[in-house]
Amino acid sequence: MKWVVETTDLSKFYDGIKAVERLNLRIKEGEIYGLLGPNGAGKTTTILMLLGLTEPTSGKALVYGYNSTTEPLKVKRVTGYLPENVGFYEDLTARETLRYIARLNGIPDKRSSSRIDELLKVVGLHEVADWEVGKFSRGMRQRLGIAAVLVKDPKFVILDEPTSGIDPEGARHILELIRKMSREQNITVLLSSHLLYQVQRICDRVGIVSEGHLVAEGSVDQLGRETAGESRAILEVQVEDLKPELLDSIRRIEGVREVSSSADILSIKCDRDLRREISKVIVDSGTLPLQIRSRDYTLEEIYIRYFQRG
Amino acid sequence: MYGLFAVFWKELADNFGSRRFLLLFILICLIGVFTAYLSSQAIMAKPEETPTEFLFLRLFTSYSRSLPSFVSFLSLFAPLLGIIFGFDAINSEHSRGTISLVLSQPLFRDSLINGKFLSGLATIALIFVSILLIVLGLELHMLGILPEGAELSRLAVFFLMSVIYAGFYLSLGILFSVLFRRTTTSALTSIAVWFFFTFFLYMFANVIADYVSPITKEVTEEVILKHTQVQNMIMRISPMTLYGETVNVVLNPSVRTLGLVFPAETRELIPTPLSLSQSLMIVWPQIVTLIALMLICFAISYVVFMKQEIRSV
Repeated sequence: MKWVVETTDLSKFYDGIKAVERLNLRIKEGEIYGLLGPNGAGKTTTILMLLGLTEPTSGKALVYGYNSTTEPLKVKRVTGYLPENVGFYEDLTARETLRYIARLNGIPDKRSSSRIDELLKVVGLHEVADWEVGKFSRGMRQRLGIAAVLVKDPKFVILDEPTSGIDPEGARHILELIRKMSREQNITVLLSSHLLYQVQRICDRVGIVSEGHLVAEGSVDQLGRETAGESRAILEVQVEDLKPELLDSIRRIEGVREVSSSADILSIKCDRDLRREISKVIVDSGTLPLQIRSRDYTLEEIYIRYFQRG
Repeated sequence: MYGLFAVFWKELADNFGSRRFLLLFILICLIGVFTAYLSSQAIMAKPEETPTEFLFLRLFTSYSRSLPSFVSFLSLFAPLLGIIFGFDAINSEHSRGTISLVLSQPLFRDSLINGKFLSGLATIALIFVSILLIVLGLELHMLGILPEGAELSRLAVFFLMSVIYAGFYLSLGILFSVLFRRTTTSALTSIAVWFFFTFFLYMFANVIADYVSPITKEVTEEVILKHTQVQNMIMRISPMTLYGETVNVVLNPSVRTLGLVFPAETRELIPTPLSLSQSLMIVWPQIVTLIALMLICFAISYVVFMKQEIRSV
């Protein structure tokens, strides 16, 4: 198996403060990998180390077999990077910006001009190609950023928070663009985000980072099953009159793992579906169940679970 | 190398298209035309009093009525030129968020700072060349004189030294743009340094010279000599003094010494103009120091920039 990204015990400390610690990340060729975590979890630091823009305190990172610290130029030749809150030269037009990026990659204007036209069409900016970037909206800038990443014809693309600060429709468009480019041109993608909901649709695998550690990894389904694995069902029960004794008697039922209550709603985690037994206990205690609902683990719970654990 | 060229040409285009370039270009051209016009008028008014040798060079150094010479104007304004093209070189890339965009491309990190420095130098050189050409044309029109070969080579040295002098302030501006994240801070700090070298150092030099060898009523030649030597030594910290001395010697072939000279030392001298190489011998230390100052300043910003963290947030 050839890994596109392979890090071993990658760590980075800023003045003794941990940003990333012993991170082992592996990304397969052609997949879309989502690096998820709250702000300050170490996502951007990890990305900067992959590109050789920041030196790791210890450990190493390989991209396509090139060491990011000692051979950053080789890494950057095959890797496109879209920074978070990317900035552009305000007085250059979209076309000029892409041409400048192409020149920085050593691509002569003659070769780049047709590719630039094509890319501007792909990201839907061909009609404003000769506007100054200063007039662009946030979503347009982000699309220009994606075009800028693709100018060099990369094999691997890193996108740092590609959808942050963009309205849902714009975000959907950008994610669709990412998926298309990955599938059609067989580009490996690493994208970081704190918006699990948004990006889970297009990620083949996700890794959740919290406080510099990789706390979970796998497909979204897999993570959901892992989270649910501890207890197979959650029941939400609304009762007419909630008494403390009722909680105890529910806890005594065999198979119930955990009971918690807020207002008149009980949240019960159990090994199997115990709706019958629970409603019986409630009726026996002298009150009535108004509503019993079985609930799945949501993405949010996956997220909360791993983030709080880290 | 392609990265360096790409940055160089883009920055050069940016410089030429910028408003600050236009503003300074107009200002310095006006000064050049104005001083050249006035000094040529002074020559035309009393042609018999003006020696005909090196007449063209005289236009740059002579001052007429109340207006200082072109050279002294330039020693005042060339630093501003350098500062204006340097003070936001790196920190504006940080504040626009373009630095990570550029540095994630396959180019060496120093290409960015080298490209910016070289394009700044090129812009300054172009401004100086155009002033020289404008003055040349004006003189051709008004006085009907053409510079001779010896004058041209002296002008070339003058031009080079002016670029290096402005280049020092350019690299100083770049250094502050690397050290400070805010463009206003780096601009103000650069201006403060320029102000110090231009106005305050003279006062400091005086005070210290007075302290080291005070000039009293019964003063001897030695004391005055020492006083001047101390003062000159301190003044030579300033690139402005170095530049002033160099240009003074290079543009005046009759200048043979710098600083105080006893009459006995000059008694046997024959007042003929020096050759360019002889003039350069006099100010060689100044020239080398000025070049070194520029390079040291740039080297520091280079090292700091190479070690700097690149985080957009």
